[in-house]
Amino acid sequence: MKFIDEYQDSKLVRGLACKIAQRSTKTIRVMEFCGGHTHAILRHGIRQLVPKTVEMRSGPGCPVCVTATVDLDKAIALAHLPDVIITTFGDMIRVPGSYSSLQKVKAEGADVRIVYSTTDAVEIASANRGKSVIFIGIGFETTAPTIAASILRAQREEIENFHVLSLNKLTPPVMKALLESGETKLDGIVCPGHVSVIIGSHPYEFIPRDYRVACVISGFEPLDILLCIDKLVEQIEKGEPKVEIAYLRGVKPEGNRKARQLMEGVFEVGEANWRGIGIVPKSGLKIRRKYERFDADKAFSVSLKPPKEPKGCRCGDIIRGAAMPLECTLFGKSCTPESPVGPCMVSSEGACAAYYQYGTPEDLHTL
Amino acid sequence: MDDSILLAHGSGGKLSHELVEKKFLPFLANPALNKLDDSAIFEASGRLAFTTDGYVVNPIFFPGGDIGKLAVCGTVNDLAMNGARPLYLSLSAIIEEGFLLSELERIVQSIKKAAEEAKVSIIAGDTKVVNRGQADKLFITTSGVGIIPPGVDISGANARAGDKVLLSGTIGDHGIAIMSQREGLKFSMTLKSDCAPLNKLVSHMLQVSTRIHCLRDPTRGGLATTLNELARQSKAGIVIEETEIPVKEDVRAACELLGLDPIYVANEGKLVAVVDPTDAPKILARMRKNRYGRYAAIIGEVTGEHPGKVVMKTKVGPSRIVDMLSGELLPRIC
Repeated sequence: MKFIDEYQDSKLVRGLACKIAQRSTKTIRVMEFCGGHTHAILRHGIRQLVPKTVEMRSGPGCPVCVTATVDLDKAIALAHLPDVIITTFGDMIRVPGSYSSLQKVKAEGADVRIVYSTTDAVEIASANRGKSVIFIGIGFETTAPTIAASILRAQREEIENFHVLSLNKLTPPVMKALLESGETKLDGIVCPGHVSVIIGSHPYEFIPRDYRVACVISGFEPLDILLCIDKLVEQIEKGEPKVEIAYLRGVKPEGNRKARQLMEGVFEVGEANWRGIGIVPKSGLKIRRKYERFDADKAFSVSLKPPKEPKGCRCGDIIRGAAMPLECTLFGKSCTPESPVGPCMVSSEGACAAYYQYGTPEDLHTL
Repeated sequence: MDDSILLAHGSGGKLSHELVEKKFLPFLANPALNKLDDSAIFEASGRLAFTTDGYVVNPIFFPGGDIGKLAVCGTVNDLAMNGARPLYLSLSAIIEEGFLLSELERIVQSIKKAAEEAKVSIIAGDTKVVNRGQADKLFITTSGVGIIPPGVDISGANARAGDKVLLSGTIGDHGIAIMSQREGLKFSMTLKSDCAPLNKLVSHMLQVSTRIHCLRDPTRGGLATTLNELARQSKAGIVIEETEIPVKEDVRAACELLGLDPIYVANEGKLVAVVDPTDAPKILARMRKNRYGRYAAIIGEVTGEHPGKVVMKTKVGPSRIVDMLSGELLPRIC
């Protein structure tokens, strides 16, 4: 398949892996921000191709995982309201909140529907005018423009019963928060591919400048990821951190201006609550006053019991890159994809789910 | 008769009889069924295999098949996967009030066609009608009985170290064809479901070798789940090569787009065979002569190491664990 096969060529992959091994002398730690990268790395066995000098950690780039428990509790409470239809991306329904999950309330009779795009949510609203349709808006800069487009469409077509619970988050501010805390020392970041299609490469420039951390934007095929790691190793070995794009077929330095305009027209920047990290200023997207009638936070009020975090769950640490999935004592024991304790084991972009599905380093060691 | 199913069609009275006599019997007629006794009587001797399965697919019509074809092929294949020659099926239909009679007729015709191809007779049946909303259009359950030829011993527990793992063709066709038709995810493609009866393919394989140790059709959960089932049942390890697994371009493209792995996508006309290594080449050659085995391939082998686990050598070289499917297959968010 064009644009895929070329990036999975085993000869090129092996050659590049050798080059990285030759280049790498320092012991370094890099974080793949995006959960999609974690999955691609484990799915293709890339960890085995990278020299032992390069330690790889998963980051907070899993939209479901970073949704705070209190926000999940709010979504569940909204599902209990009469004449409400909750629409959400699939993974969200399985994440346990403090007292229940969307999946459980659905089984108890609440109307919770999985949609594949925000357009579907608008169409459900259009077809069910007597009910309120609330879309649980999660994701980063990748999904935010589509959610903005759905609000504009609802306005244009006067679909007044469509609402969005905006839990959307922004990538560079949380990177700043992680680097500022200094908890996990990083030498480089595998920057997200799809997010960067929208925001471009400029928003990461503060990272090498202020924190001396290398940044390379990566695609999702094996060759993309190895090319990214090669560039990171090169920058770190030379001691010249900067922002580079190893995914030129997808990302332009200036990003996608049109998508950003759409996003900025509907949303304004505000604080956001991240699981495991807490409130991070200027890292969330709030619906602008002009569109507040579509804002589920303004249109509905629910009372919530204080949130409870699951005992022993280390999702917060894993999201911050402070722990690896295997360091959680629940991993693979009381927490499995079939009965997840925390969101990292649920989501198709969660780090624990990836380690569970594709094998732990111990498993692979015995192969 | 009206255009759609009424509750009265399930009353057991005149309309019920009319439904059976006009919509089912003309297509499925055979001496045992025609009698309309409370049970069908048949003779059989030897080792028998018996199975049952429910079909609730949505949408009920999909490219390459429908719920009727699926209900026949699925049960025929379950029998064939133990090496049994399918003989008879029973069929029970739960129909939602308001279901179009014309659609019912199309499905019964498709049942007839699939049963003819598989050379099985439907000798017992039942219909029920439920209120609108209590079922989704049409649910079908089929049970089947088959006879196992002497010398055949096929079970998921029989894989031995050194055995070869064969796959009868491309994976993921059914799952992606269904997904392409689903509400909210419609995309246009020419791909068809692979839904097919595999009993003839199995009998051809058994003609060239009886040293076939395991057979299984990788339906829901896909190839990955089936291989894990076999590894666990046989307490053996399985090693496969990603590059050897046949996948159609359309399926690969759709999987890329949706963030799915074809090894987890459902099939309805494929089988996995674990066979004696010396007989593997001739079994493979025979499979390739059958229309449902044209793209058969040896995808891996059974090993004494890592019992119960499946390991895949990835396209780019390294190996990784292949786990069973957990939860539902859902497209990625971003």
